[in-house]
Amino acid sequence: MLLDEFDPLHDDMVSVMENDGSVTQKDRQQPVSDEEAVDALQQMLFARQADIMTVSYQRQGRMFTYPPNEGQEAIQVATGMLLRSDDWLVPAFRELGTWLAKGITLKELFLYWRGYEEASRFEHAPNTLPVAIPVSSQIPHAAGLGFAVKRNKTDQIVCAFSGDGGTSEGDFHEGLNFAGVWKVPVVFVVQNNQFAISVPAQQQTASRNMAAKAIAYGMPGIQVDGNDFFASYEVMKEAFEYARGGNGPVLVEAVTYRKGAHTTSDDPSRYRTKEEEGEWELRDPINRLRAYLEANNKWSVNEKQLMKEYRKEIDRQFVEAENHGPYVLEDVFQWMHEEMPEELRRQKVAYERFLNWKEAQA
Amino acid sequence: MKAINMVQALTSALDHALEADETVVVYGEDVGVEGGVFRVTQGLQEKYGSDRVFDSPLAESGIAGSAVGMAAAGLRPVIEMQFSGFAYPAFNQIISHISRMRNRTRGRYHMPIVIRMPYGGGINAIEHHSESMEAIYAHIPGLTVVIPSSPHDAEGLLLSAIESNDPVVFMEPKRIYRAVKQEVTEEPFRIPIGSARVVTPGEHITVVAYGAVIREVQKAMVHAKHAGISVELIDLRTIYPVDRETVGRSVRKTGRLLFVGEAPTSYGPGAELMSIAVEEAFLHLEAPPRRLSGFDTIVPLPQGEHFYQQDPQRIFYEMQNLVNF
Repeated sequence: MLLDEFDPLHDDMVSVMENDGSVTQKDRQQPVSDEEAVDALQQMLFARQADIMTVSYQRQGRMFTYPPNEGQEAIQVATGMLLRSDDWLVPAFRELGTWLAKGITLKELFLYWRGYEEASRFEHAPNTLPVAIPVSSQIPHAAGLGFAVKRNKTDQIVCAFSGDGGTSEGDFHEGLNFAGVWKVPVVFVVQNNQFAISVPAQQQTASRNMAAKAIAYGMPGIQVDGNDFFASYEVMKEAFEYARGGNGPVLVEAVTYRKGAHTTSDDPSRYRTKEEEGEWELRDPINRLRAYLEANNKWSVNEKQLMKEYRKEIDRQFVEAENHGPYVLEDVFQWMHEEMPEELRRQKVAYERFLNWKEAQA
Repeated sequence: MKAINMVQALTSALDHALEADETVVVYGEDVGVEGGVFRVTQGLQEKYGSDRVFDSPLAESGIAGSAVGMAAAGLRPVIEMQFSGFAYPAFNQIISHISRMRNRTRGRYHMPIVIRMPYGGGINAIEHHSESMEAIYAHIPGLTVVIPSSPHDAEGLLLSAIESNDPVVFMEPKRIYRAVKQEVTEEPFRIPIGSARVVTPGEHITVVAYGAVIREVQKAMVHAKHAGISVELIDLRTIYPVDRETVGRSVRKTGRLLFVGEAPTSYGPGAELMSIAVEEAFLHLEAPPRRLSGFDTIVPLPQGEHFYQQDPQRIFYEMQNLVNF
């Protein structure tokens, strides 16, 4: 079992593929069929294209702030492929590949980042919590979901995301501790993309790595090359099986790199070098999986044509989001309480009275 | 004199404080190398070194809690909460320790801590980035809460806050961080905490506001002038302790009070102002004092935020209602 074999205290990290896509650990690649690998690459390409186009919509002034995902597709798509639709997904805010696999639509994401609350309903993604912007505030929620799943005696699991910066927050530790004490089926995934805005992961912790934190909470922790699709798939598969088997929680640290900015308001050139970005470019998850498939004659897709279709589909969903209906006054008030308190109704009526006056002025 | 915006004014105050007092330390998330996500601490790490201006791990409770220890040991921490909406993990440290330490140790320890945080809406932000929750800090006994509305005030108030031996929550209206430039002296100067400013004297109605709302009131005053309404505008500047004298004197003169804010209305800062009007000017009132503040709702995401933020027309409408009562 990888969870026994790879010791975070020794800084062990699961990896299967070299940067050139050659597979050094053949036995670990077996659980993925050729069809699944091709499907994975397509999902990764779609997620990346959507991400790049979203940044470009933002630059055109058609979107507000957006946190890019580029470079983190392998761990995200591997996790998404392995999550069952009835499993619980607890997002942070940078897991596009997983979200799409779970059934969240691009249109909903566009609506969310364009500033409509209703996007957070995630109508087509069962058992998915909304995005959590306050860092790691979602981690204790996962422990609670795990408690409920265990109590209901189903074989669902909970998969909760955070980032390297997130491991510094108190809520992260409280959530892991609860999950450990309750021995609930939660897999915590830390996407260590090396930076919490400008602060490098080495300045977040004096631990050798993030996976090692699991030990103090009585659960297995494992580091995986999060830019290596096969390694990510294998580790997540084992972590999910471990949790689903009633063995308690697992902490997975997926080592990856945020190629883009923290958000579209951020400028990474202030805190990292071109050299560093170049080194990580060699470990790009899409290039590695494509190189593997091409070397093994498994990638027969006309990628140019495929990307054209993806762009069309992404743009279609964006335009739908752009043409979404107007935001009406009622939307500000109606979801605050099950029944609107009289005081709130009074505030709404006062505003409507002003609107009537304004109309009469015009 | 130099023409600077509010961000530069805050940097300047921090610069003066770091220069004058070795015990001042500045830290928080991304304040070091990055110079803060809004660039308020830009250049300060280079100038004063990374043992005085530095990045902390991403943990607001840790930031505020460690400031307690530093302050007890004689340092003067100026800490940054990246956005007020992310400050809540620090709330326990603020309410349980920072605000209480002087009283519970009967003066053995005091907490010369400044907690800076950008707050407020109007910038098309995502969730948790638009709220105005000054009332929850103003409600905590032992805290001082300051909100500037201009570059000049930001610089003078921040220096006073840093030099104060008691904890100050310094809330920065990020909407106007770069909205205007103002001539500010290059020498260090202080604006006393606890004193409001009469921005414009007037006769018919007193309007009290602070932060980014001041500018919206000033736009409404253009309409008011056309309508023959003379407005006395007061910038509160300090939310707690509130300058009841300045407000009371003004309301006794005009007989009318309109508070304009962006915090949720119920149990908010406006309620405090209503109370002052009644207590200080009861026999002079020509109309019931009125508060125009945010709905008791979550600040809507950008598509709906225009309903929430105070617009000059609404402010003018409320002024008229009061004058015509």
